[in-house]
Amino acid sequence: MSSPEVATATSPTEPTAVPATPAAAEVAPRKEKNRGLWSDAWYELRRKPLFVISAILITIFVLMAAFPQLFSSVDPTVQDLHKSLEKPDFGAWFKFGEQGQFGYNVLGQDIYARVIYGARASIVVGVFAVLGNMLLGGFFGIVSGYLGGWTDTLLARFGDIFLGLPFVLGALVILSTFASVQSDPSAFRITSLVILTFIVLGWPSFARIMRASVLSTKQLDYVHAAQALGARPGRIVFRHVLPNAMAPMVVVGTITLGAYIGAEATLSFLGVGLRPPVVSWGIMIGESRNFMEPAPYIMAFPAAFLVVAVLSFVMLGDAVRDALDPKLR
Amino acid sequence: MSDVILEVRDLVKHFPIRKGVLFKKTVGQIKAVDGVSLDLHKGETLGIVGESGCGKSTLAKLLMNLEQPTAGSIRYQGRDVLKLSAAEQRKLRRNIQLVMQDPYTSLNPRMTVGDIIGEPFEIHTDAAPKGDRRRKVQELLDVVGLNPEHINRYPHQFSGGQRQRIGIARALALRPEIIVCDEPVSALDVSIQAQVMNLLDGLQRDFNLSYIFIAHDLSVVRHIADRVGVMYLGKMVELGTDDEIYDTPTHPYTQALLSAVPVPDPTARQHKTVIRLEGDVPSPANPPSGCRFRTRCWKAQEICATTPPLLQISAKSPHPSACHFAEIRDVVHAG
Repeated sequence: MSSPEVATATSPTEPTAVPATPAAAEVAPRKEKNRGLWSDAWYELRRKPLFVISAILITIFVLMAAFPQLFSSVDPTVQDLHKSLEKPDFGAWFKFGEQGQFGYNVLGQDIYARVIYGARASIVVGVFAVLGNMLLGGFFGIVSGYLGGWTDTLLARFGDIFLGLPFVLGALVILSTFASVQSDPSAFRITSLVILTFIVLGWPSFARIMRASVLSTKQLDYVHAAQALGARPGRIVFRHVLPNAMAPMVVVGTITLGAYIGAEATLSFLGVGLRPPVVSWGIMIGESRNFMEPAPYIMAFPAAFLVVAVLSFVMLGDAVRDALDPKLR
Repeated sequence: MSDVILEVRDLVKHFPIRKGVLFKKTVGQIKAVDGVSLDLHKGETLGIVGESGCGKSTLAKLLMNLEQPTAGSIRYQGRDVLKLSAAEQRKLRRNIQLVMQDPYTSLNPRMTVGDIIGEPFEIHTDAAPKGDRRRKVQELLDVVGLNPEHINRYPHQFSGGQRQRIGIARALALRPEIIVCDEPVSALDVSIQAQVMNLLDGLQRDFNLSYIFIAHDLSVVRHIADRVGVMYLGKMVELGTDDEIYDTPTHPYTQALLSAVPVPDPTARQHKTVIRLEGDVPSPANPPSGCRFRTRCWKAQEICATTPPLLQISAKSPHPSACHFAEIRDVVHAG
């Protein structure tokens, strides 16, 4: 079912048996297959330029995060003070094996290599923090929205404790307790600590969004209709409530993803988040602050990557949300 | 036509009015349904009419077991529905189905028509073998007059009347004996109301269904119902065959309701007396003592304030009517 065909088929008239349009007859073999929400959504997504572009970009970023060697053969931590603050070499662009495409920082480290290697920390932190928030917040949101009553009251008050903490203060307290500024935690330990901090401080807002949309969804007629048919709570939640209540959380999730990559940069800047020798876009932007005038490119390149990455996740979220809502097709 | 399959006795539903943030105190009761009794025979249509807020939809929810009644009993084929175990209640749900009022909200927008109509089979897996379900769904689409090819479409691609047909197909899927129709046509255009009602009529004959047909439109109910019950403020005030109710109403409320039906013939209209009721429907949280209609009734006397009238046959009322001064008065035909 292609989109133009849907458009012609959406003007049904009341008379009982609507004859199939010629277009519908053509694609009849396809229609015979029993399709569901997800396969329809996938079919729809493949035809959306917005989705295709953002998916390609995200694939590149994920590849970058997983196999940075594919993109740069230079070690991002090697310092060569002769090259300190050297300007970008535009002649070296699109030539594999060259160095200094994006210039060098004050320590003479290759910025291109560092941007590539920085993708891992930033994307891992952003994606896992958002996924964790969606799972934890979404779960508690569904529980309190669907069950209501005392469960709801208790969960809401419990979440308020975390919401009451200012984000930066809360993150400073947690991170400096478990990984003090003087200490030298391993890359894995500090990354997972940052992710956990974001989840601990973020889940109540996800839970609130989910709870609100579950509350409004569960009293719709089709939920009552399913109850009248004798559906068990599991079916009602997963087939009827969840698919119709998820959109707000998906949207907030994609927006928060960008915010978390930024927040990771903030914490690195303050010295409690990721720290060298880990490379991340946040750390690089933090390092660039003293060289804004003589070497603006030190900030420009990691910032550009950050913006593009965040934007592609937001676009992907938008496209997925639209595809999951048949009314918008 | 004579065997009773659903027997409702003294059904009561009070919704508590609660106040307070943490420790909620019950400060009153909304008496939505307050002692309704009715019998449904096999193959018949029982119409329930009444104005907004009289408890019609609550009655439907109680019959569907979507709300727990405060008191009273519902007996289906002689067994008390409310005392069954959860598993038996689920089985029972196969036999009593619901068609809802608003076709725009009663279908899940993220499910295809095939999934919506097929859902009853997924819940009651023994109703149809897995490979057979798709064919059954297409049969059902055909039965309700929709194109079976449209099985992969979504509800928003259909018009209101077609959506209501989808809702009817879903209710029919498990071959129920009783369908509770809660204002099934009031959200539709008049021309489409007729089509959907004729469809319901035809299905009743084909599948030997019993309907409880709730509506506020008197002419719709007259068209489809064999017997009619009139509700006012949570109570049944008059119950009879459609001719008894429409031609020889004995309760003042029914008479007032019928006199408000527009008459198409202009010459007849001049002779028609319209009974205009004074005031508003009292709050169901604090209904009048005795007869609930007495605050707006022109016949009201002292006894009406003290003794609630019973729904019974009296000397001047050949069918059950809950009025101390029940008397036949034809308001539709003569002035």
